[in-house]
Amino acid sequence: MHIDLTDQPIDITVALQLAEDDGAGAVNSFIGTVRNQSTGRRVVRLDYEAYDSMALHQLRKVAEQAQEKWPMLRQVVVIHRKGTLHIGDVAVIVAVSTPHRAESFAACQYIIDTLKQVVPIWKKEFYEDGTTWVAAHP
Amino acid sequence: MKLTIALFGITREIVGRPTLELTTPDGHSVQNLLAELRQQYPALGKLSSLAVAVNNDYATDDTALHERDEIALIPPVSGG
Repeated sequence: MHIDLTDQPIDITVALQLAEDDGAGAVNSFIGTVRNQSTGRRVVRLDYEAYDSMALHQLRKVAEQAQEKWPMLRQVVVIHRKGTLHIGDVAVIVAVSTPHRAESFAACQYIIDTLKQVVPIWKKEFYEDGTTWVAAHP
Repeated sequence: MKLTIALFGITREIVGRPTLELTTPDGHSVQNLLAELRQQYPALGKLSSLAVAVNNDYATDDTALHERDEIALIPPVSGG
């Protein structure tokens, strides 16, 4: 299991190499990137803030839950960025390896979906004319 | 007892600083804490959700707080 929270650019090649495993016939990855618009407003940049110790603890728990649900999982890699990001930057990568492909899709989706629900990381969007903490208000 | 509450994201901006120190009765629960903070900072009550973390895990309303706990307010998360 390789879990990380970093203020440095995420190297996708390195992350995928960490997911490789001789017992795996499938490496599946999800890469989340910064989009240029949000609810119709032009996004200039994003700031990601994390509660580091809890974020790492919760990321480990999500990865462990995935290993319980899919015991055939070989490697699990989750790396999340924090700090200031610009359009096109990689915000998160999830990569998993399994013997066969079906479980790799399912486990990868489970990890990114659960991460978005429980891991204490907050995204502030900066527009040309203002800012918003994403999802803060109904 | 004295509690130190870590604040992140929009809660840090609402309160205006990264940590909050509160003196509360012993055995104060998460529910008590949230009620007190919402009264003191009404903008906290307008958030989509507001959770409390104790020692890096989500706490429930009836979780009792202790002086040495690491306590944090968790506004709606938006990672990924």
